[in-house]
Amino acid sequence: MAKVPVQFTLNGSEKAEFVESGTTLLNALRDKIGDTSPKGGCHQGTCGACSVIVDGELRLSCLTLAETCNGAAITTTSGLAEGGVLHPLQRAFLDAFATQCGFCTPGMLMAAKVLLDHTPDPSRDDVVEALSGNICRCTGYEPIIQAVLTAARANSQNAA
Amino acid sequence: MELRKSYFSDVRKDDLNEIGQPRPRSDSPGHVTGKTAYFADRNFPGMLHLKMVRSPHHHARIRSIDTSEAEKHPGVVKILTARDVPHNVYTILILIQIGPEDEAVLADGKVRWKGEAVVAVLAETERAAQEAAAKVKVDYEVLPAVFDMEEALKPGAPLVNEYHGQNYYLYDSGECRKVRFGDVEAGFAEADYVLEQSYQSSPIEHAPTETTGCIVAPEGNDRFTCYTNTQAMFFTLDNTSIILQMPGSKLHFVGGTVGGGFGGKVDVIVEPIAILGAKLTGRPVCFTYSREEEMQISSPRAAEKVVIKDGVMKDGRIVARKVTGYTDAGAYSRHSPYGAQKGAGHYPGPYTIPNVWIDTYCVYTNRTPSSAMRGFGVTIGDFALEVQMDKLARLIGMDPLEFRFINAYRDGDMKAHRQPTEGAALIECMQEASRAANWPVAEKYMAMSSYAKGA
Ligand code: FES
Ligand code: FES
Repeated sequence: MAKVPVQFTLNGSEKAEFVESGTTLLNALRDKIGDTSPKGGCHQGTCGACSVIVDGELRLSCLTLAETCNGAAITTTSGLAEGGVLHPLQRAFLDAFATQCGFCTPGMLMAAKVLLDHTPDPSRDDVVEALSGNICRCTGYEPIIQAVLTAARANSQNAA
Repeated sequence: MELRKSYFSDVRKDDLNEIGQPRPRSDSPGHVTGKTAYFADRNFPGMLHLKMVRSPHHHARIRSIDTSEAEKHPGVVKILTARDVPHNVYTILILIQIGPEDEAVLADGKVRWKGEAVVAVLAETERAAQEAAAKVKVDYEVLPAVFDMEEALKPGAPLVNEYHGQNYYLYDSGECRKVRFGDVEAGFAEADYVLEQSYQSSPIEHAPTETTGCIVAPEGNDRFTCYTNTQAMFFTLDNTSIILQMPGSKLHFVGGTVGGGFGGKVDVIVEPIAILGAKLTGRPVCFTYSREEEMQISSPRAAEKVVIKDGVMKDGRIVARKVTGYTDAGAYSRHSPYGAQKGAGHYPGPYTIPNVWIDTYCVYTNRTPSSAMRGFGVTIGDFALEVQMDKLARLIGMDPLEFRFINAYRDGDMKAHRQPTEGAALIECMQEASRAANWPVAEKYMAMSSYAKGA
């Protein structure tokens, strides 16, 4: 099958790959590039475990073709901590017991990050809405919602 | 969290330094940084993908299997049938002497549920494996099937599983697991009221976020490393050893990281066949359930039916309880004989009842084999028992919580299976619950204790 070249930045570093036409971004990231932080839970756009950020927007990488990401800036959970310092969301998920098996966690973090990037001071309803595409089967949503609200508060304190 | 020290103050230890203290989970730093390695986060060069050809029928004889077209499909490396599996018929709990072996790794001569694994296809890519699997031709003679437990127990019902010889599991106590305590008929005769109700549940799928699967890598020294998300590492290792007739020293299992399980990853389903594939091809093999397989093929919580008959006095004492429980095992045992047995032990509830009679049946039907799930065998029973408790309280016009205080077991009480109660704390839990829920109960119940009877 024909291979197509794709180039994008992943968590700030340049990547160039040849992928089979039709390869999902999820498979390209995991199998080709070796960033396994996005998880495949359903491969059909219903669980949110594969969520990544493409040019500032939340995207389901299982439904995104790698070849459509040429020139894009992609962020995944493995790029969230900077210089070994956890992002406030990561810190809050740790502290608030918002992660049990952890399989949904990378997707949750990405959805939460996009929310906080656009809405630094979200209401509880905003958080619920932002996480509504992500399924967690272990933790229950309340600790996750609380973690996102805590991270938002930490952020606004830093900003102040 | 508040630690109540007033309870059992004369017997409690106060040098505890873990309980009541918050402790971070050791695995959560990996989770939040995306570094935790789940089985599918490993990728081996030359890895093959395994796809199953599954039965489209609930019950059928296999007349013939033709894999010739599938073998010619580009990318196909190996096709496995029952003949390739050294010890094809197994049962998980044989490790604790619960037999007979009743389930085929790959169907042999017959399929007993819709979705049963018949042929395994190993190919270079997932897509090639899928396309080739669609080209396997299986000729079936469809047989009559039975889906209802009561139908399955009737004389003349289609026989689901020949290894059992009848449509129920044969316990050492006979056709069901039995508990007998006191004289239940005498209890009903003396009771002011008798209430019989039946309760029923559907199968429930665990739906873990990560689907079931494993990756096997041959190590070159005739050893195989299996990266798996099993919840039952040693069941899996030992059963694989039996199924493949390989010493455990040849098998290296790596696991412990499970993306949600809830009991759904306790059966030994993907590992033996994936290891066999790796052994026969000399290449790494990945066998992962699609989401669709996870929802349709993995074993759910059993459907149950529970019939409860209670005799109760006007003053609130339950004097007799008779329970008949039915657990729908589906076509194979897996963990269901154990689930039904747990139910038998559980149906008296946390209550002291002088006359108890319990029968629990593990029934075979042509449905998806059911198995472990979060307290299986007792959770549906608890639902039924507690709804029944509310109905009994209503029947005698008593507050439902006070009704439970009257019947709660306390230290020293004899349980129906003749194990004296020790370390009970139900009374204290209910006292806390009544405070927390603002559900007042009479002072005499607040003065009760599990520890000192008569208090
Ligand atoms: S794997 Fe993409 S939404 Fe589930
Ligand atoms: S923590 Fe397991 S799915 Fe969310």
